[in-house]
Amino acid sequence: MKSSRFDATVLTLCFAFLYIPIIILIVYSFNASKLVTVWGGFSLQWYRTMWSNEGLMDAAWVTARVGVLSATLGTALGTLAALSLVRFQKFPGRMLFSGMIYAPLVMPEVITGLSMLLLFVALNIDRGFWTVIIAHTTFTMCYVAIVVQSRLMTFDRSLEEAALDLGCPPVKTFFKITLPLILPAVIAGWMLAFTLSLDDLVIASFNTGPGATTLPIKIYSQVRLGVTPEINAICTILIGFVTIGVIATSIGTKRAELNRIRDEHVALRGTT
Amino acid sequence: MAKSLGPVKRKFSPWTDPSAVPFIRFENITKRFGDFTAVDNLTLDIYEREFFSLLGPSGCGKTTLMRMLAGFEEPTEGRILLQGKDISGVPPYRRPTNMMFQSYALFPHMTVEKNIAFGLEQDNLPKGEIAARIQEMLKLVKLESFARRKPNQLSGGQRQRVALARSLAKRPKVLLLDEPLGALDKKLREETQFELMDIQTNLGLTFLIVTHDQEEAMTVSDRIAVMDRGVIMQVATPAEIYEAPNSRYVADFIGDINILEGTVSTTESALGAPGAVRIDCDGVAVAVEQECQAVKGDKVAFAIRPEKVRISPDQPADTSFNAVYGEVWDIGYLGDFSVFLVKMADGRIVRAAQANVSRLVDRPITFGDMVWLTWPLDAGLVLTR
Repeated sequence: MKSSRFDATVLTLCFAFLYIPIIILIVYSFNASKLVTVWGGFSLQWYRTMWSNEGLMDAAWVTARVGVLSATLGTALGTLAALSLVRFQKFPGRMLFSGMIYAPLVMPEVITGLSMLLLFVALNIDRGFWTVIIAHTTFTMCYVAIVVQSRLMTFDRSLEEAALDLGCPPVKTFFKITLPLILPAVIAGWMLAFTLSLDDLVIASFNTGPGATTLPIKIYSQVRLGVTPEINAICTILIGFVTIGVIATSIGTKRAELNRIRDEHVALRGTT
Repeated sequence: MAKSLGPVKRKFSPWTDPSAVPFIRFENITKRFGDFTAVDNLTLDIYEREFFSLLGPSGCGKTTLMRMLAGFEEPTEGRILLQGKDISGVPPYRRPTNMMFQSYALFPHMTVEKNIAFGLEQDNLPKGEIAARIQEMLKLVKLESFARRKPNQLSGGQRQRVALARSLAKRPKVLLLDEPLGALDKKLREETQFELMDIQTNLGLTFLIVTHDQEEAMTVSDRIAVMDRGVIMQVATPAEIYEAPNSRYVADFIGDINILEGTVSTTESALGAPGAVRIDCDGVAVAVEQECQAVKGDKVAFAIRPEKVRISPDQPADTSFNAVYGEVWDIGYLGDFSVFLVKMADGRIVRAAQANVSRLVDRPITFGDMVWLTWPLDAGLVLTR
């Protein structure tokens, strides 16, 4: 009993440490008072002011577009990278390449951001919306590649061979057989990429330009002038998005698991 | 459950006809993977409507050979002819062959009927024809009521049938079967073997099967190629492979056999029989009525199947040759047969099998008995390879 009480205490402390700041943020977003640390009753006024704050709304819109575009590009490139890393088993330098795909994961963001900036300067590209997308695509595709790669490792290649054997050309085989089967991993990769792009401050601030301020940059610069309850409101909405995403993913996984168990029962009953 | 017997099987042996044109021809095929030679300068002809087996242990190159015909591997050297046309460089999706995979490779996200339809849809056949063909295939493999199921809602035997139906749906010129029955239990496997033979005869297709199971190969095949380390050791009918193996390897691989190493002592017809050979197998004198290339002094092996060895407690009239005296060292009771392991004075063991024709539980011959093993002149054979 003693050890389990100890476990419970540790667990409580960990969760408290993780979630109390977030809970405070959410609670204070509904604060009627203008002072961030004094509770003045329940109100939705900060959501209203946030809604009418054009700068904040513009930044949110930029972030959403950057997120969707860079996650989509990153997923396409990351999936292709994963395919070639898993499939072309023996090309020279394969070890080097698969190691290199992990590098951006451990690389400090400051360095990734700075090196991208230097590249754009060297190529004389004006920084703005598209440079942020390129920068985000570059670093999210590595995460996607890793997620998809682990799914492809267990993919039965004879499925593709069977499709080829039945007269289906390679590209069509990819879209009819391979992609539908690795789709859960690709979607998971996309969600991960989208989330990463959504909350990135460092890389975006290096590579952005006028008219392409993302939400994290906007929040960061506003907070430097003092925290307003408005910021709490927009952060609460962000948390809401991420939570819905996580819950949707886990429900999807759970349902797939239940379907699998049900199918196995059907198969057993069907055995004669 | 009386079933029509179908047309009477005609004797089928195009390989004995020198004017017959082979349907598939592997011509001096070599396949290397890096330093490893999987198939080594192999030439093989397969005829139309033949049920042909590639038999050998794992790693002997049989699967590689089949995959080269399907188009998944290209030969390093040599060429493959299908109906006289070189198919090198033709991608798998343009070859008139279909394959049934060892793992079945059913598409898990498609129903049974979608799986069967997949190949037909690639040919852009009209919808009505595809539907008709699906029904025909489902009927053939007796899975009509399972059309809407997904593969993971099927048992192993049912999946195997779907895989067969899918590979037959396009009516390929050649059906390739890669260890098709490996995952089934023994009873189901035997049943399915006969069904495969029925289907092959009724549809008039050419089947090429890869297997490591010699019983399976013996049951289903018109001819068998026994392979070892990338080369073919022997190509012959099941009966020829069993009764007249051409080498120690084939003899040992197929069924149970006694092999005694020895030296040829005479080759002339000293025994009155033409083409007879006498071999001295370290003290056991053997006479075989067989024409062979061996000459006096050659190191050869004498091979004889256990069921062709007679076992008796009584001494035969002539013990000068084809007679072994020893002690019953072990008995394997297999129900239909009993196998006696008889140990000679020098420790060598010869096996003799006897059909258990009566229902006696106590056998007249038992452990520790001294017995004589004998066999006629034409029961064994001389192996020079």
